[in-house]
Amino acid sequence: MTSSHLAAYQPDQRAASLIGGEATDANLRRYLHGIPGIDAVGLEARAADFGTRSIKTSSKRWAIDTIIGLIDLTTLEGADTPGKVRSLVAKARVPDPGDPGCPRVAAVCVYGDLVGTAVTALGSAHAVDGTDGVRVAAVATAFPSGRASLAVKLADVGDAVAAGADEIDMVIDRGAFLAGRYGQVYDEIVAVKEACRRADGSFAHLKVILETGELNTYDNVRRASWLAILAGGDFIKTSTGKVAPAATLPVTLSMLEVVRDWHRLTGVRIGVKPAGGIRTSKDAIKYLVTVAETVGEEWLTPHLFRFGASSLLNDVLLQRQKMTTGHYSGPDYVTID
Amino acid sequence: MNRLAIPKTYKLYIGGKFPRSESGRVYEVLSHKGAFLANAAKGSRKDARDAVVAARSALGGWAGATAFNRGQVLYRIAELLEGRRVQFIDEITSCEGVTAAVASAQVDEAIDRWVWYAGWADKYVQVAGNANPVSGPFFNLSVPEPTGVVAIIAPQGGESLIGLVSAIAPALVAGNTVVVVANENAPLSAISLSEVLATSDVPGGVVNIVTGSPAEIAPWLASHADVNALDLVGAGNLDWVELQISAADTLKRVLPPESGADAAAPELSRILAFTELKTVWHTKAIL
Amino acid sequence: MKFLDYAPAPESQALLNLKSDYGLFINGDFTAGRGTPFQTINPATEQQIAMIATANEADVDAAVSAARHAYDGVWSRLSGSDRGKYLFRIARLVQERARELAVAETLDNGKPIKETRDVDIPLVAAWFFYYAGWADKLDHAGAGPNPASLGVAAQVIPWNFPLMMLAWKIAPALAAGNTVVLKPAETTSLTALLFAEILQQADLPAGVVNIITGDGSTGQALVDHPGVNKVAFTGSTAVGRSIARSIAGTEKKLSLELGGKGANIVFDDAPIDQAVEGIVRGIFFNQGHVCCAGSRLLVQESIHDDVIDRLKQRMQTLRLGDPLDKNTDIGAINSAEQLARIRELSDLGQQEGAERWSADCVIPENGFWFAPTIFTNVSTSHRIARDEIFGPVLSVLTFRTPAEAIAKANNTPYGLSAGIWSDKGSRILAVADKLRAGVIWANTFNQFDPSSPFGGYKESGYGREGGRQGLAAYLKPAVRSGSRSIVAAPATTPETKKSASAKKAAK
Repeated sequence: MTSSHLAAYQPDQRAASLIGGEATDANLRRYLHGIPGIDAVGLEARAADFGTRSIKTSSKRWAIDTIIGLIDLTTLEGADTPGKVRSLVAKARVPDPGDPGCPRVAAVCVYGDLVGTAVTALGSAHAVDGTDGVRVAAVATAFPSGRASLAVKLADVGDAVAAGADEIDMVIDRGAFLAGRYGQVYDEIVAVKEACRRADGSFAHLKVILETGELNTYDNVRRASWLAILAGGDFIKTSTGKVAPAATLPVTLSMLEVVRDWHRLTGVRIGVKPAGGIRTSKDAIKYLVTVAETVGEEWLTPHLFRFGASSLLNDVLLQRQKMTTGHYSGPDYVTID
Repeated sequence: MNRLAIPKTYKLYIGGKFPRSESGRVYEVLSHKGAFLANAAKGSRKDARDAVVAARSALGGWAGATAFNRGQVLYRIAELLEGRRVQFIDEITSCEGVTAAVASAQVDEAIDRWVWYAGWADKYVQVAGNANPVSGPFFNLSVPEPTGVVAIIAPQGGESLIGLVSAIAPALVAGNTVVVVANENAPLSAISLSEVLATSDVPGGVVNIVTGSPAEIAPWLASHADVNALDLVGAGNLDWVELQISAADTLKRVLPPESGADAAAPELSRILAFTELKTVWHTKAIL
Repeated sequence: MKFLDYAPAPESQALLNLKSDYGLFINGDFTAGRGTPFQTINPATEQQIAMIATANEADVDAAVSAARHAYDGVWSRLSGSDRGKYLFRIARLVQERARELAVAETLDNGKPIKETRDVDIPLVAAWFFYYAGWADKLDHAGAGPNPASLGVAAQVIPWNFPLMMLAWKIAPALAAGNTVVLKPAETTSLTALLFAEILQQADLPAGVVNIITGDGSTGQALVDHPGVNKVAFTGSTAVGRSIARSIAGTEKKLSLELGGKGANIVFDDAPIDQAVEGIVRGIFFNQGHVCCAGSRLLVQESIHDDVIDRLKQRMQTLRLGDPLDKNTDIGAINSAEQLARIRELSDLGQQEGAERWSADCVIPENGFWFAPTIFTNVSTSHRIARDEIFGPVLSVLTFRTPAEAIAKANNTPYGLSAGIWSDKGSRILAVADKLRAGVIWANTFNQFDPSSPFGGYKESGYGREGGRQGLAAYLKPAVRSGSRSIVAAPATTPETKKSASAKKAAK
């Protein structure tokens, strides 16, 4: 399948040589189905092992602050208003009013039509051109279902980029993937990446949401991860948060293994974002351990790892307060967004 | 006028063939009255060694046959035994000095035991094996498998045919191959049995019968590193403790000698004694 | 690397209540041993934990007598359901004191608290729970209706899973109606002695379980004692052989669980990341002190380099250090002797021409430690492919076809365990059929469960522990009238022994 968008942006040349030619359904299938499979029992056991690491004292302090700095603070509701977004942004800038030393989150994540509001509300705290600050990520491509024409999905992306989004969280077409139309999934990602191009030639950072809960099997998640990376995604992301199960540790582990293998193969580092279902700092710490022991702690940076979460932040703040004061905190001491 | 009979030469049964002892030796088999019956081959340690080689070669095929197939083969042996009743009865009456009626009852019992064992071939796994309900996402199954090459000292007392059948059949049912040291004083039934085996569908080497002196041969089998199990059911009058000690070097599975009314009475446990339990865990997952 | 240097997370020893010296547990009470006491040390620090008693022959005799009296007078008269109730109590007490037992086990053995807490102690409780339920259902054990117990069981266990091996021995024996004299390993007696306290708390009738500590001679005296009916031994093949010799001619039933050189077979279609995990679990779990360890990796030649690269990368995240730290993966080697043996065989591996690689580990100053190590370019003729090292050392061999994998895997006098890694179900099942090993793991490794029978083929021993078959090992069929009996051993005079060897010589 060709489109005018393909001509503009070319995915990694290695992708073409790896696939062995054009990104057709057949070539992609041969490649993706040739990747070693996953034994679910073993994968889940390994993920559970990471959960037995005991992260205490100084390690815990570091982990807590790191987690905060990796959060994409999110609101993706039909009922979102500019007021709601402004409130979210305020929290993103100052997570703990009682402690100015508390780090800021990595980004806010909103629907495309509220990007402008978010950018304005961030003001000087907005990270621009890789500087320190809070980024604005927009979901696009008919999030969460992805069920719309390509033209509509691309327009969705274009609007968000034009409004100032630093990052685009797209969804893949799960129907196409499950029907075996890998070529279509690939082409759409390529097209979306092109739509992320700004007038000045820079690109908005592209996160590709696989919606692992709908892909169902670990082998599918693995194949979709490779596909998203081959097509040019900068990040692979587990979920929209609108479907259960959302992010799980085994699924994230399988995606980290793909990222590790891609790095071995090409030297390129791709990011991973588990989203949805991570509510406690205990859980989030397990993810940090999983990242560090699978791909290395170089990945524990906003450029390469994010938590897509809303309620996680407050639980982490409660833990942070306990570490600072020595006593248990309570909901009255953290703000709602 | 009496017709001049043609006396039979009694040889060993190894690898499906009937060789003489490589030592060239024979020994006299006498009737219960002391009259000369025949010269039986006096097996040597090299014959025993060759028997073990034959048994090992035949193991893959016999153990690998389906249970149903083994059962059928064993049943056919019973058919052939039935067909040769007269031969067996004759040999028993001359060797043991019992009446034809008694000998006939022995042959009946031996055949019936053989049939009983044949029927177990495709069933003992269901009784001795089982799934295990492990607490984890695994399919877990325990299955008895043949031990391998079993050396047997056959019962040395009276009722030699019953003793021999009772000793051999259970090991065969489970897919093992055997090297049997026959009843020293009454080896004729053993050799006639080997004729039955040779004309049945039992592959050569599955059963090997060495006639001669158990006292001489047994130690070589007990110490042989390619023998997996040692059945001393008929070794009561030998220095069997020494044999057991010798077998310990290679950690053979050893059954001690038995005596009493029915030394090797038919029992499922006799089949299971020559099996190894294998337990396999398989991961089980939808995703 | 900041985050990966996890801050210390030590498990507290505060819940321990250890004595400075321990006696023998005979007839329900602790009593001084008549042999020379010896110290038990923490192999991670070489510090003494306590003094342990040595049972001499008189003590062994006293223990066997106590077991016999308890058998005749009490235990064999109890109903199965009452025996079961005692076992349920023991299981519950183990669960209640689980944390304490885990810490004590880690202290005495050197293995990580993560393992004692998550694997060893839960399996101990599980084993007692499982067999508790069998005690009143012996008709279904496979030994015929109304089977009989054997009497007094002599049990000798090794140091690698001290309390777990104790559970594997005592639980089925008691469920089946036997009484027990158990000898723990010399370097790891502590949890057995704490277990004795649990037996007191469970109010188990005196003499039903007796625990006598000591060295190899204590074990020998126990096994040789004429008053025992059953011998169960887990340990080295060499000792197993000598026990098999000692019981020859007696009516003692014997089960042996000995050494191994397990083959972990990785096919080219294996789920690679899980296979690497399985390799690690197979040989580095419990520092490789596992009879069923996957100590030989048989990897399909076409994927050898990729697998080894991944394995090395994975090994670099193994954490070696204080066993009481919850983040430790690799603990201490159990003793100086064992460490010397591991070093000796590893040096031999280098001399034989294999290529040695070890994970970068900071080795603590005190204690016995060995960094996880792999040898590549190992051939079937190398001793490190045949001899059991019993340490965190993997020998890597290759194969080309499934048939070659099977042949190499089976080419050993051992036959305890094997692993198969493949995505192809039909191949897993067919290869499992052909492997001569008592326990086979497909796409997993080192899994244990009280309902799953465990034991070896060939020189890995005979008999099974766990499951219905593990129970049947402590039973015999009900006595039938007019049936056969085992022939009594002839009196072995020097004459007889001489004539036997003379016969051999004559041929």
